[in-house]
Amino acid sequence: MELLNNRIKVFFAGMRDGVPIALGYLVVSFTLGIIAREAGLSSFQGAVASFINLASAGEYAGFLTIKADAPYLEIIIITIVANIRYLLMSCVLSQRFSPKTSLWHRLGVGFGITDEIFGITIGRRGAINPYYNYGAMAVAVPAWSIGTAIGIDMGNILPEYAVSALGVALYGMFLAVIVPPAREDKILKRVIVISFVASLSASVLPWIGEISAGSRTIVLTLAISAVAAYLCPVKEKVK
Amino acid sequence: MNHDIGVYIFLMGLVTVLIRILPLTLIRGEIKHPFIRSFLHYVPYVTLAVMTVPGIFYATRSVASGVAAFLAASVLAFFGGSLFKVAAAACAVVFITEAILL
Repeated sequence: MELLNNRIKVFFAGMRDGVPIALGYLVVSFTLGIIAREAGLSSFQGAVASFINLASAGEYAGFLTIKADAPYLEIIIITIVANIRYLLMSCVLSQRFSPKTSLWHRLGVGFGITDEIFGITIGRRGAINPYYNYGAMAVAVPAWSIGTAIGIDMGNILPEYAVSALGVALYGMFLAVIVPPAREDKILKRVIVISFVASLSASVLPWIGEISAGSRTIVLTLAISAVAAYLCPVKEKVK
Repeated sequence: MNHDIGVYIFLMGLVTVLIRILPLTLIRGEIKHPFIRSFLHYVPYVTLAVMTVPGIFYATRSVASGVAAFLAASVLAFFGGSLFKVAAAACAVVFITEAILL
């Protein structure tokens, strides 16, 4: 009984943290729906695609590929490139599971790895509690899926100022995840500042700035993390 | 349209789901190698940092409101604001900045 109560409590904690994610998702998936519509998807197809993929950059690239009527192989490659960061996140989370965690919970948590849910997951201490992820997914996944369908069916209904303001919700959440641990950890603080500067520079530099944002994210993440791991190996156990 | 949208959606979904679940199901034990452990420790922070900047600067109707949201959210997060508070404050700052500027 106590175990059940605890699971419910953790599930609700996940839902609570999932609410800002869901709000952000509604807005982003809504704009994604407008692109899906141009690619010829029905609102049902868009909702299904969003439910399974849960990936802003990946779906954006995918819908453009569909619109271009490109070969099937192309959508496979573009999806791998746009979503390869989830492979890294999945590797990271594999280290945070208690070894006893069942295959079903691994599949359940793995299915719901998005940038944001990953962010709030690593923001928690200790081993991963799958029920926290399920709570967050319970509000965020429907929001993402339904938002896409609404975007396909209704196009532009939100006023511009609202879209503009809601557009930063996701980034605010990213900052709420990475800033607090950096407060006491000088190395982490430097790594984050270097990441900001490198990413901003890469986006405005000629030639490098032409590379898609998704590819830049991959290259910068691999490069900066590798250098940081080489120069400042983490001594204690990764929490 | 020579290709079927259903097939496209199936392929996208299959690839994405496999990317997400393969490492979680295949990597069972603890990774011992110090470099790989450290690398995996830094990856999430670097990814989120790289996605936030410059993305947040261009997410709104004016770069100024994006920069203001970035600064406000960073400061609030530094002083321990919750996820929801930081996200809501960032939105509010954009709304106010644009109400003044635009």
